Amino acid sequence: MSAPTSLLRSREGQLIFFTAIFYFAVGIASPSFLSLQTLDAIITDSAILMIMASAQMMVILTRGIDLTVAANIALSGMVGALIGMHWPNTPLTAIIGASVLTGLSLGLLNAVFIALFGIPSIVVSLGAMTIYRGMIFVLSSGQWVNAQEMPVSFTVFPLDRLVGLSNLALIGIIISILAVLAMRYTRFGRELYAIGGNPEATDYVGINTRARLFTVYTLTGGLAGLCGYLWVARFAIAYTEIALGFELLTVAACVIGGVGIAGGTGTVLGAVLGALFLSMLQNALPVMGISPFWQLAVSGLAILAAVIVNSRGQRQKGMQILRVAH
Amino acid sequence: MNNKPAESTEHPLLEVRNIVKEFPGVRALDGVRLRLNTGEVCALLGENGAGKSTLVKILTGVYQQTAGEILMDGRPLSLHSAQEAWSAGITAIHQETIMFGELSVAENIFMGHHLTGRFGMVDWKTMYARTEELLSRLGIEDFASNTPLKELSVAQRHLVEVAKALSHDTRILIMDEPTASLSQKEVDELFVIVRKLRDEGKAILFISHRFNDIFAISDNFVVFRDGAFAGEGVLKETSEDELVRMMAGRRVEHAHHDRSTVSEESMLQVDQLNHATEFKDISFTLRRGEILGFYGLVGSGRSELMHAIFGLTKPVSGEMHLEGDPFSPETPEDAIIRGLAYVPEDRQHCGAILNMSIRDNITLPSLTSITGGLKLNKGKENEFARRYASKLKVKAHSLQQLVGTLSGGNQQKVVIGKWLGAEPKVIILDEPTKGIDVGAKAMVHNFINELVESDLSVIIVSSELPEVMGLTDRIVVMREGLTRATLPTADTTQEDIVALAMGLK
Repeated sequence: MSAPTSLLRSREGQLIFFTAIFYFAVGIASPSFLSLQTLDAIITDSAILMIMASAQMMVILTRGIDLTVAANIALSGMVGALIGMHWPNTPLTAIIGASVLTGLSLGLLNAVFIALFGIPSIVVSLGAMTIYRGMIFVLSSGQWVNAQEMPVSFTVFPLDRLVGLSNLALIGIIISILAVLAMRYTRFGRELYAIGGNPEATDYVGINTRARLFTVYTLTGGLAGLCGYLWVARFAIAYTEIALGFELLTVAACVIGGVGIAGGTGTVLGAVLGALFLSMLQNALPVMGISPFWQLAVSGLAILAAVIVNSRGQRQKGMQILRVAH
Repeated sequence: MNNKPAESTEHPLLEVRNIVKEFPGVRALDGVRLRLNTGEVCALLGENGAGKSTLVKILTGVYQQTAGEILMDGRPLSLHSAQEAWSAGITAIHQETIMFGELSVAENIFMGHHLTGRFGMVDWKTMYARTEELLSRLGIEDFASNTPLKELSVAQRHLVEVAKALSHDTRILIMDEPTASLSQKEVDELFVIVRKLRDEGKAILFISHRFNDIFAISDNFVVFRDGAFAGEGVLKETSEDELVRMMAGRRVEHAHHDRSTVSEESMLQVDQLNHATEFKDISFTLRRGEILGFYGLVGSGRSELMHAIFGLTKPVSGEMHLEGDPFSPETPEDAIIRGLAYVPEDRQHCGAILNMSIRDNITLPSLTSITGGLKLNKGKENEFARRYASKLKVKAHSLQQLVGTLSGGNQQKVVIGKWLGAEPKVIILDEPTKGIDVGAKAMVHNFINELVESDLSVIIVSSELPEVMGLTDRIVVMREGLTRATLPTADTTQEDIVALAMGLK
């Protein structure tokens, strides 16, 4: 098989192809869409989704799901914003550190219940996401933290530019690359594939499944903490309902990217491309004058289409047992 | 009984002394012993449930023994994980191939001990190269190191497991039922490799139910029975009968009993049934009060045929008649209403609902007839379940006990009991005694005999020849999707049937 055809047979190749066609199709309808600014905006917009889709991909790979990521982002972000509001002289690194640490400990809590006690991840994270949302309200007394109440360095950082790209886009790309490398080139990553592919078999090859799952959920929490700061700083506002429903968007990015919801299959690259595709969709629809209410429906259709493609790809060819006797 | 230990003044390579393994409520191993020398193939024999697989799991670090010791070169060994067993030089090819379908051959071989290079990153290049080396050492050419495992046949997966064992520089290779699902040609190919490994000085513990394979490959043997040591010796000095006696503790009788229940009346008649891929031109008649056996190798289309009869799949052409009336079930529900019951092969997946109680499992298909109305009637349900559970002599402390916690034999009894509750006319039993111990097997056999006496007609699909020979009135032999012969059991020999099933006749 030649390289181009094998690329087009992979989900990643199809997504790149499809996203490119979509991009230029929208561009023909409204040429402003093809500008560098738009491309820049799309990448910046998708950075947080790229990071969290990579994390969610690890979780789904191990046959789990983490529905707390959005609530975690909101809570960790609120912690960062409150520190910035009450102690404006706190260095930015300390604020980011506090957000990451908050996220990490929330992830650790998930990990204890899911990995150590063996409670299904959907139950744990469904309960935990509600609790985390509630905690934001308790922490903030239901108040908003506005741009004026945040230190300038706090809000400037995400969209500041170091080498052409915004910091936000840069962080998203770097973490995505690290995730690709981790899943492809570390024993940890490869063992996650084994855990998702055949959990009963992992004992026989001496994989400590609990320890791996523990790391996965804690790491996801930590990344959500980082995204919490990025989100709040980027939009310069923190309140209880931030990132509401975002957890489903991360799952959607994975599904569109070809990550098998039954575990054991998929790549980080797929999930990241899925995230890019969703962000492009969200940027394109307003350009084409489609109402934001339709955006949800279109995103939903894309997810359904991806699921159908996934399930068709997995269908096996009919078994042939009437073979010629030798 | 032959209790002669292997002659050796030196330490054997591996010695297992009085290993006991207890699980909550069960003693799976009760003081087993075993000696294994370099450059020898030792067969480990025993009925299902004799404790062979448990010992394998202890030797590979998956379980830890409750008591007893394992010595290697005379030094005690403690194994707490797969990695510890590997570094001691013990690897196993497990009964169900324990592998990762989505991953490549190379990665399956190195899973759990990935090769890493700079910065602890996985070194794919070396891993692929080492895999190619291992494959060529085994003389494998029909797949490569980067082939996804899901594209390989069962036999090829076994070879991958052998390659995996070699990747550990193994000294002891345990093969748990490696030939169970292989064709004769594939078995021969595997044995070439096994002999090569033996000549290289590896010790091989070979677990199998197939006497032909055991006699073809092994030097010595050890027999376990009900979790205990039952005998050992040199294979050349023994016979099949003697081994069977040690395994069963008594001589197994294949005596055929004449049945008075068989009538000439046709119960289920199948004419020229065809399926797109799985079987074709299937015709047979099941008579009232008869036990009809279906024998054939794995993959001969027996289960697929039963699925079609039970309405799980649709045949492309052909006709069926039940008690003379046309019968073409669209769904299993149709078939059940018409009086068919099907007890599937894979008990864990299709038969019993493991996390429901015995009572709920038994009453499930019959709930409408037990209660009649909307509200369930606990009292009637209990009575109903108790009647069938006691009829089958299910061993459990109460009807509330979860089916998943029962032994394999008792689970099977519950599954059969469940379908009897629905009062079928024809019951199809697919591998009814697969994976259950000798005692439970006899119980299930007696029970099947009782079924026909209570005016049922029975179809048994089985890969166990003694079972088919001892239980049935007639045998249909299938091979590669076709019926090869229908033979009256009384006038048939085992050799005839095996020859037909393997295509030698």
